[in-house]
Amino acid sequence: MKISKEVKIDLYNRMVRQRTFEDETTVNFASGDMPGFLHLSQGEDAVPAGTCAHLSDEDAIYTTHRGHGCIIAKGAEMNPMMAELFGRIDGCCKGRAGSMHFADVKTGCMGSNGIVGEGMRLALGTSFAQKYNKTKNVTLVYFGEGATGTGSFHESFNMAATLKLPLIFICNINLYAQMTPKSDHVSIENIADRAAAYGAPGVTIDGNDVEAVYDAMEIALKHTRSGKGPYMIECKTYRHHGHFEGDPCNYRPDGELEKWMKKDPIVLYEKKLKKEGVLSDKEIKKIKADTLKEVQDAVVFARASAMPDVSEMYKDILA
Amino acid sequence: MSETKMLNLQWAINHAIAEEMRRDPSVFIVGEDVGKPGGPFGVTRGLIDEFGAERAVDTPISEGAIVGLCCGAAASGLRPVAEIMFMNFITLAVEEFYNQASKMRWMFGAQVKVPMVVRAMTAGGFGAGPHHSSSLEGWFASMPGMKVVMPSDPYTAKGLMKAAIRDDNPVLYVEPLSLYTVKGEIPVDDYIVPIGEARTIQEGNDVTVLSVGRMLGEARKALPKLEEAGISVELLDICTVNPLPMEDIYSSVKKTNRLVILHEAKETMGIGAEIAASVQENLFDYLDAPVARVAAPFTHIAFQPLLEKEYLPDADKLIAKVKALIG
Repeated sequence: MKISKEVKIDLYNRMVRQRTFEDETTVNFASGDMPGFLHLSQGEDAVPAGTCAHLSDEDAIYTTHRGHGCIIAKGAEMNPMMAELFGRIDGCCKGRAGSMHFADVKTGCMGSNGIVGEGMRLALGTSFAQKYNKTKNVTLVYFGEGATGTGSFHESFNMAATLKLPLIFICNINLYAQMTPKSDHVSIENIADRAAAYGAPGVTIDGNDVEAVYDAMEIALKHTRSGKGPYMIECKTYRHHGHFEGDPCNYRPDGELEKWMKKDPIVLYEKKLKKEGVLSDKEIKKIKADTLKEVQDAVVFARASAMPDVSEMYKDILA
Repeated sequence: MSETKMLNLQWAINHAIAEEMRRDPSVFIVGEDVGKPGGPFGVTRGLIDEFGAERAVDTPISEGAIVGLCCGAAASGLRPVAEIMFMNFITLAVEEFYNQASKMRWMFGAQVKVPMVVRAMTAGGFGAGPHHSSSLEGWFASMPGMKVVMPSDPYTAKGLMKAAIRDDNPVLYVEPLSLYTVKGEIPVDDYIVPIGEARTIQEGNDVTVLSVGRMLGEARKALPKLEEAGISVELLDICTVNPLPMEDIYSSVKKTNRLVILHEAKETMGIGAEIAASVQENLFDYLDAPVARVAAPFTHIAFQPLLEKEYLPDADKLIAKVKALIG
């Protein structure tokens, strides 16, 4: 498919924003200033960028405990998001959610989730509402191959298919379910083959090729918006960091990370865009510098925001 | 009371849902057998004919996905009313209640409301056995961020259902199979039974009997014999177990100075344990006797009729406990 120059730059921008944001959280987490657990998605950046580039705020996403990339790509503002990760009152969840339970409803980010696989069941509801209200909007649910071992995967895919819901399943194959390699917990090569069990289309693509993700999403949207029900895109990619920040990653075979670093989706795309004359070295440098400034400003904003008063704990329990 | 009509409990639920669906287009029903079959026991009969398959949605047997769908749909502006059938089956959806529906509003800093109702049925007394007869409301009563209501007759069944559908929070609605065909007078005009308030069935001076859900019928049976024994009973129907109507309970106990709690769920870690603890903490000087419980023992409910009878609390067990207390 022909992708316009504007879209190419947009795809690149989204990936740089995701990566820069997460790299900065790595630094702040290591210094001990960011409380809680942190699960990062550097290396998987092409998947949120390529999928969310098609969406509006009225389309919804549900993501995982490794969800910062998706939320940034979907359009959440960095200041309240960073403040949330620092547990501050100006966080978009008032500092209650942190990294793993984050949502930004106005941009359609319906939540990351601390329970692996659970986003799929919740996504049924939002896609149901989109259909019920006769909109053309869709819901995306992101999950890793580890989540395909849950009952939620089967229940959700089956229900989405029987109710013909506008729900797109995006599986990030990052090769590990926490610390267990894919070969030890998935019985088949391609997860997308499982879509056939529900009478739905499923495709397997290179998840480090952002344009391949963008193209696959376009086809998925056409299918889903026409009322044919769910669709699955399996994106083969890799997690540069460990399961959690601080994970020594001693389960990784020697050389595996190095091999995948050569296929870093951002590096690959830079090369391509330069070769095509879409962006120059200078422009790339500027995008990166501007993004870094935006992220660092978000850190300044977050650090300046107050801690929540303990009375916050008792608010908003019931509507 | 204005004009009333006789209705059995399952039709009271049906009418409540139908009226709310007519009033508010965002209300829909979802679950196994709720559409075309009209509900596993007929509670949702006719709704698909009036509202169509878009609003009376039959699903696969996927309890977790049903409650997950409700949670996501509620956070996205709809008002689902799901049926989970026997309460034991809700164990398959505890995740969605505990980690998602009850926490979502708080966790997201009040960005969403989660107005959903899930109906679950208790079926003690039918020999339905260990997988179909449990009363698990205590689990959900321990969850902040949700409400749990327990109708005891057609009047509360209709009024609590309407209140639950209009509530902006996740509500578990616990309905007793044994009362489906029991008839009662209910108002013809629109009304609700407020969530979080106990109902006084009979005033008295010697002891407060606090009844939970279908146990109200057993408590009513016990009243004449207790009166014969010269005991003046104040009978309260709890109606809601989350939030517990503690102020209503305190008012009554301050008057009678004695409290017996009657519920079908196990005594251990049950609603009665929580109420007893709060009453002794707050009203110690008012109590003339220890707070007592009439509830199920710490074992499993059997299909075998003799064992099930032994397990379930009833009027005789209540009478014995009250007499022993006043003695």
